[in-house]
Amino acid sequence: MKDREAIILPVLSAVVILAVWHFGVVLTHTKIFPSPLDVVRGLNELVHRGLLLSYMRDSLYRAGIGYILATILGVPIGIFLGWYKLPAMSANPLIQMMRPISPLAWMPLAVIWFGVSDLAPIFLIFLGAFFPIVVSTMNSVRNVPPMFLQAGRNFGLNSVALFRRVIFPAILPQVLGGLRIALGIAWLVLVAAEMIAVNSGLGYLIIDSRNAGKRYDLVVAGMLLIGVIGLCLDILVRRTERLKAVRWGFRAD
Amino acid sequence: MVNAAPVMTEKATEVKVSVRNLDMVFRTDGKSVSVLENITLDIREGEFVCLLGPSGCGKSTLLNIIAGFLQPTNGEVAIQGEPVKGPDPRRVFVFQERGVFPWLTVEGNIGFGLFKLSQEERASRIAHYVQLVGLQGFEHAYPSELSGGMKQRLEVARALAVNPDILYLDEPFGALDSITRLIMRGELLRIWEAERKTILFVTHDIEESVQLADRVVVMSTRPASIRRIVEIDIPHPRDLSSPRYIELRDSIFEEIGLAHKV
Amino acid sequence: MKILRRILPFTSIALFIAIWQLVVVWNHAILIPGPWAVVKGIIELAQKGLLLKYVVASLFRVTWGYLLAVSTAIPLGLFLGWYRRGEKALNPIIQVFRPISPLAWIPISILWFGVGDLAAIYLIFLASFLPLIVTSMNAVRNIAPVHLNAGRNFGLSQGQLVLRVIYPAVMPQLIVGLRIALGVAWLVVVAAEMIAVNSGLGFLIVDSRNAGNRYDLVIAGMVLIGLTGLLLDIGMRRLEKLKALRWGYGSV
Repeated sequence: MKDREAIILPVLSAVVILAVWHFGVVLTHTKIFPSPLDVVRGLNELVHRGLLLSYMRDSLYRAGIGYILATILGVPIGIFLGWYKLPAMSANPLIQMMRPISPLAWMPLAVIWFGVSDLAPIFLIFLGAFFPIVVSTMNSVRNVPPMFLQAGRNFGLNSVALFRRVIFPAILPQVLGGLRIALGIAWLVLVAAEMIAVNSGLGYLIIDSRNAGKRYDLVVAGMLLIGVIGLCLDILVRRTERLKAVRWGFRAD
Repeated sequence: MVNAAPVMTEKATEVKVSVRNLDMVFRTDGKSVSVLENITLDIREGEFVCLLGPSGCGKSTLLNIIAGFLQPTNGEVAIQGEPVKGPDPRRVFVFQERGVFPWLTVEGNIGFGLFKLSQEERASRIAHYVQLVGLQGFEHAYPSELSGGMKQRLEVARALAVNPDILYLDEPFGALDSITRLIMRGELLRIWEAERKTILFVTHDIEESVQLADRVVVMSTRPASIRRIVEIDIPHPRDLSSPRYIELRDSIFEEIGLAHKV
Repeated sequence: MKILRRILPFTSIALFIAIWQLVVVWNHAILIPGPWAVVKGIIELAQKGLLLKYVVASLFRVTWGYLLAVSTAIPLGLFLGWYRRGEKALNPIIQVFRPISPLAWIPISILWFGVGDLAAIYLIFLASFLPLIVTSMNAVRNIAPVHLNAGRNFGLSQGQLVLRVIYPAVMPQLIVGLRIALGVAWLVVVAAEMIAVNSGLGFLIVDSRNAGNRYDLVIAGMVLIGLTGLLLDIGMRRLEKLKALRWGYGSV
């Protein structure tokens, strides 16, 4: 019975929200703000114009490349900084200074370096994901219980084997957690970046729909798509957290 | 243990807690697990009763039900005739030391339940119990600064401060080292003799139960039922090498089905 | 050895600046200004009185949006964390809204509030609201049941329970959440200013580029953003330490 509640209740509240939305639009006779039906029709229109798939593909492509680059560079650097104390102490202030700078603030520089192309948003996404990945990986290495390392050495493992058989498996859960959060950030930055620098993608859809004709139905449609896709990405990564290799690191909720 | 002439605990006659035909079934994800089966038990005023059984057998569940934190599937619990509907400050539960509030000092914790008293009464109660459990000098310390044994004593002081009729203790000394445990048992008995509360004490330690209780309720493994109730008729302070102690202890060993050779 | 420890944190920054300077001097075609030009840019802003004005504008928006979010999200999140039904009902919806960048709300925000401070404040409110709700919900869920049981055992009413057990128990987690939400708010204010308003550090960056390719001011703006954000973060961490020390958390 309790599991049914987990489905019924959210559906109920979604219905309530949709109803309030719908009647809010109808009752206030607003001409601009879309009703739920308008949004659905807008989505339909996008599908027909072939834009839905192509915009989604572009957004996913940019987010994907930026994110993968951030992972490929960020994890090794994070491991390095987590293991070797001195470089970490040296690099830490620099990282802390750069972290609060919104990736979007890099936009003008990105445009100079990469022009108005896919590379600029990819660079921003890379920046957005890079720092969280480095920091969480760094912390994961620092948090490996010393007794694991001692046990490894006790069994005669050299540094390489120690890394492969003790450190790497030990940090995997936390690294995955950081990767999941970074993916969320990448997706947020992507949308923002697309609003400024390119001519396709879901973020562009939002800004363009408004500018080129106050199509707020498409604006809201775009927002919902962004939310749903972002949620799916998050769920996908959470699935990897269930793999046997890392399941031990996540509390059973 | 205080070095005084042995005193027989008076046979209390008034029934304080009565448990009748208690069953407890937990249902999770469609599976049902029967944890307690047909528990019927009487606890008398001023008695020290131990619930003894292996870990996971359900004795903590039973204690939680008696204390009012859980509702049984069947059966009922009554305190002096009144059915138990929920937790009540007249019957305080002592958790393991992690039950103390980390955001309050020793004084703050002990005074926690005393919000109905005046300032002076609170202060004097707190001082009394700080003294009783031996935490003088640590009134303004936070739990993170105390050792495990001290935290446990704090927990007991907090429970006693509200002057409850009954104390429920759920393996309170479980997280302490064995030396501290011996000391704490002595402390608990000293407090019990000074304040004469009814105590219901859950443990998995046979020796502990024989050292402390007037009666030991030996419970089976899950689904738990009462195997036997052993009366410990040795006066306090109990000599741990006396033949009667060993006899009673061994009888419980046998009841549980353990050989007492390692 | 101790001297080394003190200098070490600054080595990477120094190295970074050195490399930057070298690259700029070496490769004239690179268009970006060197570190010294940026410093001069900052001084210029200070002299024009714009430095303080822009920083204050950004901080103003952040403060309002953030405080609004805190005052609404935390009570709501605590409520949802406590009443499982509420959480089950609203959580999936929260999860759908979470991945939507606050900036995606810009068109709607401008529609409702026009171009100006309100729109920016609304965006910051949105950006802080969701993380704070999630944190509050989790903080309540993570309260040790022993503490709640003890509170009930001592005869606390619901209201007293909230005040004397729930509130202190969730505080440490809440403060961490507050710090993270503030960081998010700071990121968003800059982005929001790049798009929707006419003052502030984000605006500085876009405007400096648009109105004359003043990349020295662009980078000056970035540096200021980083510094201010860092100071805000350090301030919140101080707050964390204060409370944590007082209650001696971490090692109960």
